[in-house]
Amino acid sequence: MSILINKDTKVVTQGITGKTGQFHTSACKAYANGANCFVAGVNPKKAGETFEEIPIYATVKEAKEKQGVTASVIYVPPPFAAAAIWEAVEAELDLVICITEGIPVRDMVEVKNRMREMGSKTILCGPNCPGIITPDEIKIGIMPGHAHKKGRIGVVSRSGTLTYEAVGQLTDLGLGQSTAVGIGGDPVNGLKHKEVLELFMNDPDTDAVIMIGEIGGSDEEDAARWYAGCSNKKPVVGFIAGVTAPAGKRMGHAGAIISGGKGTAQEKLATLEECGIRTTKNPAEMGLLLKSVL
Amino acid sequence: MKIHEYQGKEILRNHGVTTPRGVPCFSVDEAVKAAESLGGNVWVVKAQIHAGGRGKGGGVKVAKSLDQVREYADQILGMQLVTHQTGPEGQKVRRLLIEEGADIKKELYVGMVVDRVTQRVCLMASSEGGMDIEEVAAHTPEKIHKVFVDPAKGLTDAEADDVARKIGVPDASITQARTQLQGLYNAFWGTDASLAEINPLILTGDGKVIALDAKMNFDSNALYRHEDILAMRDLDEEDLAEIEASKHDLSYISLDGNIGCMVNGAGLAMATMDTIKLFGAEPANFLDVGGGATVEKVTEAFKLMLANSKVKAILVNIFGGIMRCDTIADGIIEAAKQTHLSVPLVVRMRGTNEEIGKRTLEQSGLPIITANDMAEAAQKVVAAVAGH
Repeated sequence: MSILINKDTKVVTQGITGKTGQFHTSACKAYANGANCFVAGVNPKKAGETFEEIPIYATVKEAKEKQGVTASVIYVPPPFAAAAIWEAVEAELDLVICITEGIPVRDMVEVKNRMREMGSKTILCGPNCPGIITPDEIKIGIMPGHAHKKGRIGVVSRSGTLTYEAVGQLTDLGLGQSTAVGIGGDPVNGLKHKEVLELFMNDPDTDAVIMIGEIGGSDEEDAARWYAGCSNKKPVVGFIAGVTAPAGKRMGHAGAIISGGKGTAQEKLATLEECGIRTTKNPAEMGLLLKSVL
Repeated sequence: MKIHEYQGKEILRNHGVTTPRGVPCFSVDEAVKAAESLGGNVWVVKAQIHAGGRGKGGGVKVAKSLDQVREYADQILGMQLVTHQTGPEGQKVRRLLIEEGADIKKELYVGMVVDRVTQRVCLMASSEGGMDIEEVAAHTPEKIHKVFVDPAKGLTDAEADDVARKIGVPDASITQARTQLQGLYNAFWGTDASLAEINPLILTGDGKVIALDAKMNFDSNALYRHEDILAMRDLDEEDLAEIEASKHDLSYISLDGNIGCMVNGAGLAMATMDTIKLFGAEPANFLDVGGGATVEKVTEAFKLMLANSKVKAILVNIFGGIMRCDTIADGIIEAAKQTHLSVPLVVRMRGTNEEIGKRTLEQSGLPIITANDMAEAAQKVVAAVAGH
């Protein structure tokens, strides 16, 4: 098993006709069981056409009816991405992974509010995230598949390349991954650290978790406090990026900003430690730290 | 993106918020003329820079005659205004706002941000206006009242009235306060703001509610749909290197250390900076070259880092996924040639086409120091600076 996605997940790509969507759909299809997983694309103007033998439909709903898709991945440009998320939510997919970077915050506030109001059961991952991978089964997103190895360590992170870094260290130590989840660097998003941690605690095929956070917000603290009170604990180790980041400066990610004295790396690290999550200040040692708690 | 107070007030007025009458000015003569045209016998001369804390730094003065307007305008215009937000070098004042004086009876605070937990716009209000709101939040958090606005409804009359009462607006002025609060929300929402603050919002002797200050920041991802806001950008207030970086689609922030770093990905870039600090030195910048770096982009990144005279060494840390290490290696060699690189350069590359990239660097004949992991790279670059 794994969390969120596996070799049987059926995926529709929203934005399959754009350059980015095509490049990554091609790579995802070539990874593990991808050829059987990536079964549909969406573009109202190109319905009836195909991309690398993947049929393109006018709507997500139609893709679901024709191909039984349960998950979607979005590469649609920022001005249209929130509407694409909403379309997937209305089609009642189980999971929507939004890769798109640069979506206006207001659009996300609106779409998340509508999701809550309708009581949507759709899980949103992202936006501005690398996606999710269950090694040797399926990769949905833009991460380098070859850096991963199948195994029993869960990875959850707000950042892309820093996740690859952690995965690379684990793989070098011979520790494979059950699932690696990139939840993205935006302030208003879907899955939070806490929810992913909960999924990993309940996954029989995950033995331990690396949780990677960064400055801004309080998601890491919320996850740590939940973990402190959780009854079926597995070891979790953490790293928080941004000890050197000055207040008031946005460090690339829209969500990575220390404001009003809140969201500092020091504060997060202290909370994680208090809640029983071992941390390191040296990102080159994330893998070693995880190994030490097994 | 940030704007000036007078521009923020213009936006607020367009959404029904009451502000004092005022005129933006670029010279002392303009300031005096503005005061004349406003009439009255009390004026406020306000420095317009993007940083807060202007009053404490001597950038806001109350003038009681036209001569005083001239005197203060002359003092403030062109000064290096130092506040807790500008850094010790201060910010040069190039614009003034001349406003009519106001009869302040009570100072209140209202502000808005997007709250990450509730994922809604949060209105914060306090009876403690005019002060640093972070101080109020730290010492008397019970004096800050919050409303999380439902985006489908906007700020309702009941919500606005309730919060106005809580911060001490008398019954006779509640309707006016409602107009101000709803105007602030509509301005925030309508312009895709990331921060909107009125500090202070005042009650006057005759019961009026007026926005005496205005601070607005905007979501840069939404500027494509607000040409009017984009036109308010003042490049004089921004960091030159950051402006240059944005032209090349690089994410760059100037810092105070002496080790330049170029990394792909924001999280890894922060982690790299942290590692430099862990081994006893300070980063000179944050620089994310992004996922689609080309030889040209890497060259521009090097030029940016080296334009900072404090930089004594450079650390490149790349985890190649989509981005291929050989592309980065080609970029580094081209950049080193074009910039006549004379400071030590440490490169750590991992991922796609790592071996080809490393070979390219070795065969270039350039004095590049290589490292296998982030810690080794940081140690080597810190050592290089120490021995430089």
